[in-house]
Amino acid sequence: MSDELIQRVMKAIATTKRIPVESVTIDSNFLELGIDSMDAVEILFALENEFDINIPDEEVRSVRGIRQMCEGVERLVLAKSAAAKVPE
Amino acid sequence: MRRVAITGMGAICALGKNVAEFAQALAEGRPGIGPIESADVSQIRFQNGAEVKGYTHAPYFDDRRADFIDRFAQFAVIAAREAIADAGIQWTPDLRESAAIVTGSCVGGQSTEDIGFHEVYKLGHNRVHPLTIPKTMANAGASHISMEFGITGPSFTLSTACSSAAHAIGQAFWMVRSGATGLAIAGGSEAPFSFGILKAWEAMRVVSPDTCRPFSKDRHGMILGEGGAMLVLEPLEAAQARGARIHAEIVGLGMSADAGHITQPSAEGAARAIRAALRDAHLAPEAIGYINAHGTGTPANDPTETAAIRAVFGAHAGRLAISSTKSMHGHALGASAALECLATALALRDGLLPPTANYREPDPQCDLDVIPNVARAARVEYALSNSFAFGGLNAVLALRAV
Repeated sequence: MSDELIQRVMKAIATTKRIPVESVTIDSNFLELGIDSMDAVEILFALENEFDINIPDEEVRSVRGIRQMCEGVERLVLAKSAAAKVPE
Repeated sequence: MRRVAITGMGAICALGKNVAEFAQALAEGRPGIGPIESADVSQIRFQNGAEVKGYTHAPYFDDRRADFIDRFAQFAVIAAREAIADAGIQWTPDLRESAAIVTGSCVGGQSTEDIGFHEVYKLGHNRVHPLTIPKTMANAGASHISMEFGITGPSFTLSTACSSAAHAIGQAFWMVRSGATGLAIAGGSEAPFSFGILKAWEAMRVVSPDTCRPFSKDRHGMILGEGGAMLVLEPLEAAQARGARIHAEIVGLGMSADAGHITQPSAEGAARAIRAALRDAHLAPEAIGYINAHGTGTPANDPTETAAIRAVFGAHAGRLAISSTKSMHGHALGASAALECLATALALRDGLLPPTANYREPDPQCDLDVIPNVARAARVEYALSNSFAFGGLNAVLALRAV
């Protein structure tokens, strides 16, 4: 995963939750950050906007921490760019 | 049945950010109506409203909490905080479990919905903010009050357009009177200043191009307002026993439906609600000294309300003092009746009847003593607060001075 992607995910989380970005690390889990189910839904909304992706419900059910979230975003970003290349 | 005291009052509206400022503006007959600032009205035919000037959530809610609460529900919480502090409630686990919350709102958080729908319909975005639903729901005011104070008793919201808060206060009054609850927080809140909602009101052609002049011959309609007002209701004896300050008593509630037209008011429907309130309070019409009118300032309402008052009170109508405080705090829809019930309680408590502001010209169809422009010192024992909603759903509260 690129640092840039991780930074963008962590910034989206911090901005949504209105907490300092320094308090979010790649190894943080939602519980530690006080992220409840409604916060998580808002963070998904922010990530969809930030990366211009659609995050399906089934992608998010098992996600409990930041690393997993970054991995999921990366997968969707790569899938999107692959799809965009198909017409060539 | 128990007598019911108002022991706490809170308000935020165009006239001020607390009850003291609200009372001061009413006493001075000073309207809070001016150019609308919180929404873009460049494409709207009317320009004036009764807003909470310069409102921001910052003094009341931290940023993250405010993310979850639409402006209308913020007003509900702010008013409830003041009312509960005013009442000097000492919370116990039992009290938290039995206390009731009944709020009224007409449009709820439709301003939040308006923003979200603009995103998808106009801007072509694919998604709406996920807090749109919990911010829009009309019961959000009651929910956030319950969460803030840990109140776990019966809590709900009524929506009957411009009568919402009167129905809400009335239900809470009945619950305290019957013994169903020992404490109720009741009122209403509204924040309708968003472009889509204003456009809808524009289309109704009931909003005044300048200001609200109830009962004045040159009236041109209502002025939209916003805000919230909450009351704390307790059994009178319990309130006296704990040494609470009692602002006034609520003694009656009358309700009716016009079963006529969806917007055109009916004098008969209004009269039936007034009679029902008198009956509920065991009062003769002659006992009433002041009426806080529905008084929207529309061509249709004011003569109809006048006719209803004449029908119920007969010769006594000429001895009644009547005023519309909507001329000052605007028509705050689902919050209106709460602001007006509060104004009525203050009038009884302070012996000062609020005026009908912006009044210029007598109208033979509204030939009542409407307290034009200047507040009047008068000790009144019993008063009514009228609310006659779009949809023909009417609610009238009867209050008594302590």
